[in-house]
Amino acid sequence: MSSIGSAAAATRTFKVWRGERGTGEFKSFTAEISPGMVVLDAIHQIQATQAPDLACRWNCKAGKCGSCSAEVNGKPRLMCLTRMESLPDGDVTVTPMKSFPSIKDLVTDVSWNYEQNKKITPFTPAKRGAAGVAADGTFRMQQVDVERSQEFRKCIECFLCQDTCHVIRDHDKKEVFSGPRFFVRAASLEMHPVDTADREPFLKHTGGIGFCNITKCCTEVCPEHIKITDNAIIPLKERVADRYYDPVVMLWRWMFKKKG
Amino acid sequence: MNQLSSPVAAPQGSGFGATLRTDQWWLGPLATGSLLLAFLIYSTIAAFIGGNYWVPGTNYLSPFYSPELWGTSPHAIFGIAPSWWPTGILPFSAALLILGGPAGFRLTCYYYRKAYYRSLWFDPVACAVGEPRKSYWGENSLPLILWNLHRYFLYLAIIFVFVLLYDGILAHFFPVNADGSAFANYHFLANGQPNPAFNAGGPLEPHHHVFGMSLVSLTLLINPLLIAGYTFGCHSLRHLVGGKKDCFSCGNPVRFKAWSFVSFLNRNHAVWAMASLVMVGFADIYVRLVAMGIWPQVRFF
Repeated sequence: MSSIGSAAAATRTFKVWRGERGTGEFKSFTAEISPGMVVLDAIHQIQATQAPDLACRWNCKAGKCGSCSAEVNGKPRLMCLTRMESLPDGDVTVTPMKSFPSIKDLVTDVSWNYEQNKKITPFTPAKRGAAGVAADGTFRMQQVDVERSQEFRKCIECFLCQDTCHVIRDHDKKEVFSGPRFFVRAASLEMHPVDTADREPFLKHTGGIGFCNITKCCTEVCPEHIKITDNAIIPLKERVADRYYDPVVMLWRWMFKKKG
Repeated sequence: MNQLSSPVAAPQGSGFGATLRTDQWWLGPLATGSLLLAFLIYSTIAAFIGGNYWVPGTNYLSPFYSPELWGTSPHAIFGIAPSWWPTGILPFSAALLILGGPAGFRLTCYYYRKAYYRSLWFDPVACAVGEPRKSYWGENSLPLILWNLHRYFLYLAIIFVFVLLYDGILAHFFPVNADGSAFANYHFLANGQPNPAFNAGGPLEPHHHVFGMSLVSLTLLINPLLIAGYTFGCHSLRHLVGGKKDCFSCGNPVRFKAWSFVSFLNRNHAVWAMASLVMVGFADIYVRLVAMGIWPQVRFF
């Protein structure tokens, strides 16, 4: 581990992936490291002093905009939340997210994610005057219910979970699988007390939640520490199991309820 | 469809183990995989042995053999080996009748799925590390689609918690004769052979039981407590008791409390899962070695 005290004049070598549209190579750069620096600082220093055309997305530098997603030493992470002190000695590799098409250098085309988002039925509150909804359309939520979807609302759409999910990353199931980010969004809506839309068919058929084998890499990389697998995906898988796999629940619903 | 195409010439490389990670990503799956395989091999052997799963003169019963439906120990509910058992093909073992319940619970458990998909099936072996196979069906087709029925194994597993808890309590009561000596007039020895010292004229049941405690009895009591911590933190139970509801404040206070409790245990589901796995294996080993006379039972009183 590099120590903070002696870091005033320390330099580190960065191997940054440079290229366009899928072809490229590693280029080595040297950056001066000062205490408290994050990887994004080093990339900015390299931009300012050695490679003015180095492309990288960034905005807030505070882990809240979700723009500077990349892979540092092979791990999907936000560059702005990766402190230099946290990295072991040796060269630091910085590469673009693997799962999305490269545009230039560290910038990838994440538009596939926005296409997935469109497939999810938006918030559909119950009608005015219905249970829980006042005549003017407003509704009150208790804290216990707010907390549940508040966790999911913390998502900053950095798409690191999408990048690391092996269903997308290694098996390229983009046509049939929406990915953890969108299970989180579906969960935030499905578990909302006054929402009335039914997203279970989406989850099973279009979203492909059955492709998830709950290996939890999405949870591991989430910079917002959302318990994606335990709190969003598995509860949704259980709801899908109720609806499509559990013979007793299916029989019960068929006998006593109008629809699933 | 250009946008959907994968980036070519990824700097991370491709193929099994391809990664730019510099940490020891293989350590976790290696440790988990070794533990799972060791347990799998041991439990299979222990289940097929069919003897030395109880200790004469005590109420110790290996958790692998409980509930003992048929068998040679005094714990057997329906007597010795059933007549329909194909003894010629497979020697009788009481464990084979019941182990499917807990084994199925762990096999379909959301935590264990992660553990063995990663460490034994390498799908993926670690995050952002290349996989050995291109093809992938996930849990969308047979056989893994059946894992959606995890809840049915949960129902069985809940019964096992109480059976093993009963065994753990019973292990603290030691069968004695009228004079206080340990009761030993059993039809069979621990290894399943007929007891040559069996006395048909003597008392066939212990005169009474005395309360006592030993390292074995404590092991058999801690084991179901760990299994309870694991079972009652189950993701399916979390859904069942309250997770399926969209509104906790809408007249569901009991459900919310139950959901909160299961969520509390669920937070460390992996720890409970592994601790209870190690403990149940150790409990069987300990009872077995005491039955064989190799290890002492360390009786406190």
